[in-house]
This record gives sequence, C-alpha cells and structure tokens, in this order.
Amino acid sequence: MRLAHAWLALQAVTSREVAKFVRQGGRLASALVRPLLWLVVFAAGFQNVFGVSIIPPYDTYIPYQTYIVPGLLGMVLLFNGMQSSLAMVYDREMGVMRLLLTAPLPRWYLLFCKLLAGTLLSVLQAYVFLIIAALFEVEVPIIGWLYALPVLVLSGMMLGALGLLLSVNVRQLENFAGTMNFVIFPMFFISPALYPLWKLEESGARVIHFLATWNPFTHAVEATRFALHGQVAVQSLAIVAGCLVAFFLLAAWGYDPQRGMLKRTGKPG
Amino acid sequence: MMNLSTTAPESPTQARAAPVEGGEVLLSVRGVSKSYGARPALMGVDLEVRAGEFVALLGPNGAGKSTLFQLLTGLFNADAGEVRVCGQDMRVAPVRALGRIGVVFQQMTLDLDLSVEANLVFHARLHGIGGAQAKARIADALARLGLAERRGDRVRELSGGNRRKVELARALVHQPSVLLMDEATVGLDPASRRHLLDEVLALRASGVGVLWASHLVDEAEAADRVLVLHKGELLAHGTPAALVAASGCATLAEAFLKMTRSGQAVEPA
Repeated sequence: MRLAHAWLALQAVTSREVAKFVRQGGRLASALVRPLLWLVVFAAGFQNVFGVSIIPPYDTYIPYQTYIVPGLLGMVLLFNGMQSSLAMVYDREMGVMRLLLTAPLPRWYLLFCKLLAGTLLSVLQAYVFLIIAALFEVEVPIIGWLYALPVLVLSGMMLGALGLLLSVNVRQLENFAGTMNFVIFPMFFISPALYPLWKLEESGARVIHFLATWNPFTHAVEATRFALHGQVAVQSLAIVAGCLVAFFLLAAWGYDPQRGMLKRTGKPG
Repeated sequence: MMNLSTTAPESPTQARAAPVEGGEVLLSVRGVSKSYGARPALMGVDLEVRAGEFVALLGPNGAGKSTLFQLLTGLFNADAGEVRVCGQDMRVAPVRALGRIGVVFQQMTLDLDLSVEANLVFHARLHGIGGAQAKARIADALARLGLAERRGDRVRELSGGNRRKVELARALVHQPSVLLMDEATVGLDPASRRHLLDEVLALRASGVGVLWASHLVDEAEAADRVLVLHKGELLAHGTPAALVAASGCATLAEAFLKMTRSGQAVEPA
C-alpha cells in the first residue's frame, strides 16, 4: 500500500463523513441535547441526593455537574460510535459499502479510515459539549482541555471500533435499534458516568459493581475524568487501548471475506 | 489500460473491436464453486475475458450471476477454484486484482446526497488518484457520457439512466483493464438501456475487457461471446451465432430459452 494512496483514501472517507455530518444539520444538536439535559436538568435535581465526597482524582469537594461531565463526554462518544456503525449498516443496505470494500486497499485499512473519520467527528462533538458545559460553570483547568484530547481520541476510537464490530453482525438496519439498546444503555448505566462505583459497592450491588469494573466504558470515563483534572489514569488508558485493539481486530476479521462473517453470510445472487 | 481521452466515441457498431482471439486474458475464472449452506450457487464455473472483448453472461434470475460478481470483486471468496485479474489471484493479491477492475453493481452504489463529481472524486481517491489527475479523468469520463453539465448536481436529482451513467463513469475513472457490469440496465427504460449498452460496447476499441451480466437476451446480441449460466452451471459459451446454430433455433432468445428450460448444455461447433 502506497502512503500517498493510503492518505487519499483516508481523505476520501473522512471528507464523505464530514460532508454527511454537515448535511445532517440536526445531528450536532441532537448529539448535544442528550448530555446537556443530563447536565442541566438531571444534575440540578440529583446533586443533593448524591451528596458530595472527595474521590480521586479530585482533591476537594466538587459539584455534581463537574462529576458527571466525563461520563457525559463518554456518552457523546458512545452515541457517536454507535451512530457510525449505524451508518455502516445503512451504507451496506444502500450498496455504498460495496464500493468501499472493493477498493484496492487492504480491508482493515478501509475500516481504519472509517474508524478515524468517525472518531474525528466524535471528538469534535465532545469538545463542543465541553465548551457548552463550561458556560454552565463546569470548571475544567486549561491543562485538562489538553490532556483530554488524546484520551477522547483513544476512547472515541475504542467505542467506534465496538460499533464497527457490531455492524459486522447486524445484517439489517431495523435490527440495529435493538442492538443499540442492548449496548448503549447497559454500558452507560453500568459505569461511573453518573455515580462513583463505590456507591454501588456500598449499596450491596456487588454484581453490578463487578460488571462495571469489566465495562470498557467505565475505563474510558475514568481516563477522561483524570485527564480533565490534568492527570493520567494509566491503567484505564491501557484497558481502553487493549479493548480498541481487540474490537478492531475482531471487526477486521468479521469483514474479511476469507475468514469472517462475510464468508459465512454472503447472500446468493 | 484504456485511455479515455483518446477514445473517440463512435457508434457502437463502428466501435466493434478487432478479433479478440489473440488478446491478453484479463479475467480468468477456473473451477469456481460457491455454496450457501447445502445449496450450491455456483458449480465449477470457468470463463475468460480477453482484452477488447465484450462477453455477455446470460442467465435467468437466480442463476448465480450476482454470486459470481461478488466473487470476481472479492466481496467474498469462492469455496473452490480461482479468480485471476490480469494474472493476479483475487485470493492471494486482492488489492492488486481490485485495482484492475471497474464495477457497476446491480444495486446502485452511489451516495445519493453527494454531487456527481463528489461521488467520482470519492472513488478516484479510493483508487489512489487525486488532485489534477483525478480532475482531468473525471472531466473526461463525464464528458464522454454526456454528464459534464450535471457534474454539480446531487445524484438524487438524476434520472435512473443518468445514475447508471454516473456509475459507469465512476467505474472508468481509474482506467480499469476489466469492466464488470452486473445487470446494470435493470430498471432503465429501453432508450437508456440501449445508450448504456452502446457506451460499454464502445469501450472494446480501447482494449477494455467487459463482462456484462444480464437476463435480457437482446443485450447479448452484439457480444463477442455469450456465456449461459443456469442454476450455477455454465450451459454454453460461444459467439451468439454459434450458440444459435448449435441450438437449432432461429434466434438467440429462443436458444437461451431452450437451454435454460431443458438445463442441457450446448456445445457450439
């Protein structure tokens, strides 16, 4: 694979994704409304119910709004990752995916281009949300804005790769909504996005606590939380990176005509 | 490889290529079989397409034409046999093989919301063609197919016939050696169908080998050779005149019906 060819293909895929995003004017708004509702409405109502506590990485008491921002950034990435995979299924139904998969490039690289393009949009949306959160008096130190970038990219890629993996197995668009419900909501709620995990342990919900510790989204949220506070959560980052590699390899395997799902599920003509 | 800019678009009958017996074999299919579970879709199919040759692949619906095209384009692999494009084995060197193929699938693969030009730019970049070179080739391809005026229109705004022409233009942008057309005239009115067929027939003069799959016998009348595929098996191959003579019928349409009704192979003299 020539480098120039690889770059042109990345440009092609990215500019198509960006053009689609711009064309779908309401997509940014709908991506932001969801976390903003949580930030403005849910957090306002629940901040006193949860109380306050000092938990790492924070070294003082923090408002609940500050606590849930990393989880809501994760929510933006999670929904966008799933939306990217929805777009993959749509492209497959519409036939555009055939064009991509018959391009003279390694299939894993084409999937990687899709992943990068989706992640770019995810991270942009996450930063727009962060700016809006700052307007609602959520304080993020300058260093946090910088530290968050690589973490959001890594987390966005990991969740996008999960979306790719799901798109391998979802054969029809109408099946996708169900799949999303089985993925997005459990991942989001069984995580420290809305409350610290020790609360689960304290309340005796040991199974949910156990599941949360194995949830890759948990580690994306925690890595983001530490990054926004100017710290590096090495273990969480390693888990997110590991999941990214695993999900992507499985997705690439799934799209490989010699080995994966395509071999088993090719449709007669 | 063909050069669009030097190809004078003559009438289809004038553009008929010189005898092709000695032409280089561009597409070679040997003993290809494919099953879906217990149901065989293709059984030991052999075929060749040479430079400057127009080969019509006739078969009723469900004969296995689209399955064959999916194998030819590497969307998935055959259970047995080999596909070679310009000597490159599709299983061993899919990237090189795919670089020599242009495809128009039965199902439309254009992005309806992108402009005609943007669709072609997307394809060109996937094939490693960018900048001025892509611009020139796209302009040539669109001019050749009479679409220069529509380059900025969204594909959604085009008629079915023009969409197919855009797909043909796109398939030619990277100057393929082999053009695969899978039921490309489905859904087109007779005039559009004729026009598209004429454009493809004219490509023979530039040395492109064409495999044209259809269930419409009249589209095969002008072919250099006709292959008849039925229930996953090749029943006959030869020039249209030889097939008619061997079947004892008066027309190619009658010969095709006779072969596919009886399921008996025909050996042209």
